[in-house]
Amino acid sequence: MAAPMQCGVETQSSESSMSLKKALTAVSPLTLRIVAECPVTKARACELALPHCTVSTPVFMPVGTQGTLKGITVDQLESLGCQICLGNTYHLGMRPGPELIEKANGLHGFMNWKRNLLTDSGGFQMVSLVELSEVTEEGVRFKSPYDGKEILLSPEKSVSIQNSLGSDIMMQLDDVVSSTVSGPRVEEAMHRSIRWLDRCIAANKNPDKQNLFAIIQGGLNAELRRACLEEMTKRDVPGFAIGGLSGGEEKDDFWRMVTLSTDHLPREKPRYLMGVGYAVDLVVCVALGCDMFDCVFPTRTARFGSALVPWGSVQVKHKQYAKDFQPIDPDCQCPTCKRHSRAYLHALFKSDTAAMHHITIHNISYQLSLMRSVRQSIVEGRFPQFIQTFMRRMFLSRDQYPSWAVDALASVNITLE
Amino acid sequence: MHLELTRVVQGSGRLGVLRGLSRTRPHHSLETPGCLLYTHLGSVPHLTQDTLHTLKDLPSVTQVTLSDIAEHQEVLESFKEGFRKFAGLHDTVLYCSLHDPAALCPAGYTTNKTVSVWGSGGRMELTVTKFMSLQKCTQPDWYTSMADGETWQVNTTRKRVRKSVDRTLAHLDECLLLHHKLPELEEVSVFGVVEGGDIVDERLRSARETAKRPVVGFCLDGFQTGFMEPSVRAQLIAAVTEELPEDKPRLLPGVGRPDEVLACVEAGVDVFEGFFPFQVTERGCALCFRFDVTPDPESAGRAPPAVLELNKEEEVVRNGNVNRDDQTQMTPFEINLKDKRYEDDFGPLVKGCGCYSCQNHQRAYLHHLLVTNELLAGVLLMIHNTSHYLGFFKALRAALASDQLELLKRRVMEAGGRESD
Ligand SMILES: [Zn+2]
Ligand SMILES: [Zn+2]
Repeated sequence: MAAPMQCGVETQSSESSMSLKKALTAVSPLTLRIVAECPVTKARACELALPHCTVSTPVFMPVGTQGTLKGITVDQLESLGCQICLGNTYHLGMRPGPELIEKANGLHGFMNWKRNLLTDSGGFQMVSLVELSEVTEEGVRFKSPYDGKEILLSPEKSVSIQNSLGSDIMMQLDDVVSSTVSGPRVEEAMHRSIRWLDRCIAANKNPDKQNLFAIIQGGLNAELRRACLEEMTKRDVPGFAIGGLSGGEEKDDFWRMVTLSTDHLPREKPRYLMGVGYAVDLVVCVALGCDMFDCVFPTRTARFGSALVPWGSVQVKHKQYAKDFQPIDPDCQCPTCKRHSRAYLHALFKSDTAAMHHITIHNISYQLSLMRSVRQSIVEGRFPQFIQTFMRRMFLSRDQYPSWAVDALASVNITLE
Repeated sequence: MHLELTRVVQGSGRLGVLRGLSRTRPHHSLETPGCLLYTHLGSVPHLTQDTLHTLKDLPSVTQVTLSDIAEHQEVLESFKEGFRKFAGLHDTVLYCSLHDPAALCPAGYTTNKTVSVWGSGGRMELTVTKFMSLQKCTQPDWYTSMADGETWQVNTTRKRVRKSVDRTLAHLDECLLLHHKLPELEEVSVFGVVEGGDIVDERLRSARETAKRPVVGFCLDGFQTGFMEPSVRAQLIAAVTEELPEDKPRLLPGVGRPDEVLACVEAGVDVFEGFFPFQVTERGCALCFRFDVTPDPESAGRAPPAVLELNKEEEVVRNGNVNRDDQTQMTPFEINLKDKRYEDDFGPLVKGCGCYSCQNHQRAYLHHLLVTNELLAGVLLMIHNTSHYLGFFKALRAALASDQLELLKRRVMEAGGRESD
């Protein structure tokens, strides 16, 4: 199960190639080298050098909420070519807690993951999972679901936990408002997120080892987004996330906010679109200029027997696959597809959890190879053709293309055939 | 199939190699005493092929059960190429048993002509014809013939035991008759099933009669953990194996605890089912008993370790509290990683263990995975427990070869697992 050691090699090549290298502040443990930019769309292919290895972008980052990726070992994840994955600060802060993880040499040591980790701020989970949470200028106040104790998650506390976790990329605590809310609360949250960003920057004990990303807020209001972008880009943070989206808003609003954000974000810093992971969304948002993505969907849906394929998904548990002796995707190179048939996986779902692991591996492999193909096409200057082929394969006919995707792509000069 | 015995010591077991396990895989062999690879529908529980093959020296024989397979008969019939290929297993010998040793099998569903198995969709009744049509589409290398093993309940009468022996012999004859008519099973071997409950003369009759049939080995049924008192079992097994030809293997289903394995090896058993590590995994535990027989300088200065209180356990059985549910309870051979004491224990599951889990992870991490109900807990525990259990069998064979079985028994009985270091 030896993993391809792309890491070291790519770091070297990024050092030797001077052409497009843009230096960040001297202390930032992050370097972004733009390898290629699509001449038609806003897409770009980069080498993102982080403390544990270099990440090729655009990249999809699988989510390992509790310090583990749903039944997959770190060796398996590594051999799928994963260079960065997520951990959740809220969950890990509760159990096993920052002190213990610090004793285990950070989350890397605790889960024995040799490559990069990104941790969220914990704010999103708090607002979405914990009912009794109250947001004030101080932070998010909530009752622990484990012992009922009242806890305050302040920007300082969030960064302190993330410092203990030792992630390569930390996220600022932001004031999260549902993307379907509008009005003064959105504006308040945007301004507060800026103030909290400054507190997070000040609280970071390891700026030489851990990168703190800002999160652009402003809901679906273009004015607020622009204001937030203007303020936050004044700060010398190593990267930016586009937040407050992917929460049930209209796709038409979603893509407009994404493209507005990338328009105003500095070219030489990575852009991370939070919570996005459906294949079509990934391809479109790469075209809009985003570099990094994460989503629980591919691994969550795997446990229900849904395998992702270039034409959508295969619901392995459905009866129609009981006697289907081909692999999930005959063209897929993952360990599952190389060995097992839909029929066997269908049967195994009735007998053992290993069935879920097989689909999880396939889905992670699908997401990662999709992003590798996207990247390859950008490097080779044929991303626009890639999009055409991708869309044709994903949808039965042109009239099934989602209109938001058609519009979004048209905004970056791609007319779908 | 034939058993090459390299060493036989009366009353302390036989050491050998089982060869010719499969005509299509002539180089595969199984060292005995040994265990089979336990699976759910051909997959070792929780594991994919990648995680399974982090383990070295896996048993060359994989066990599948009709309770898993029966509901997929139609699928296998349209697949046509046998279960091994269906399950993506390439290089293994396939053994097909009737029941899953780790699953409960309710009583009261056996008739003169049928036995029942329980799959994910519930109970399925098998006649000999149905049983053989399942073997035909499974195409294992060997299987045990259909048997009525319902003699384990308290107060089973002599009459019922006799009936079980008669039925099982009749089933065997019918299976063999059909077997020889099926060209698909030409290369396949049959194990005969020895029944007889706890009645010596019925056991002997069953053994003698089964041995007269063209079977390659014997499955000693009805001795499953919890079915009878261990000392009674050992005496009965010893009596039965006396009657069986030396050169044919004896398989004991449903016994997996290391102490019981040792006792049954002494009574003459060669092959066990490998389900015990799975049961330990399901209760969130890690096997940690010792089986090293070379003196360990590190522990030499320690106080003598506590010895298992076997008497207490026997009492439970004698009180008639024979319950297969007992199999879900922790044994002294394991530690419970959910226990808070392991929360900040940064040591491996077992010091010196070479398995993937111990080489890469710590008890504290396993504790965390268990309390957060994460799927990886089952994966890592299953890897370690399987590795530990296979190590035990290897040590058992080495001890037989070097006359150190007594020492091994003492070592295994030490409650070493209770130490948290
Ligand atoms: Zn695949
Ligand atoms: Zn181990």
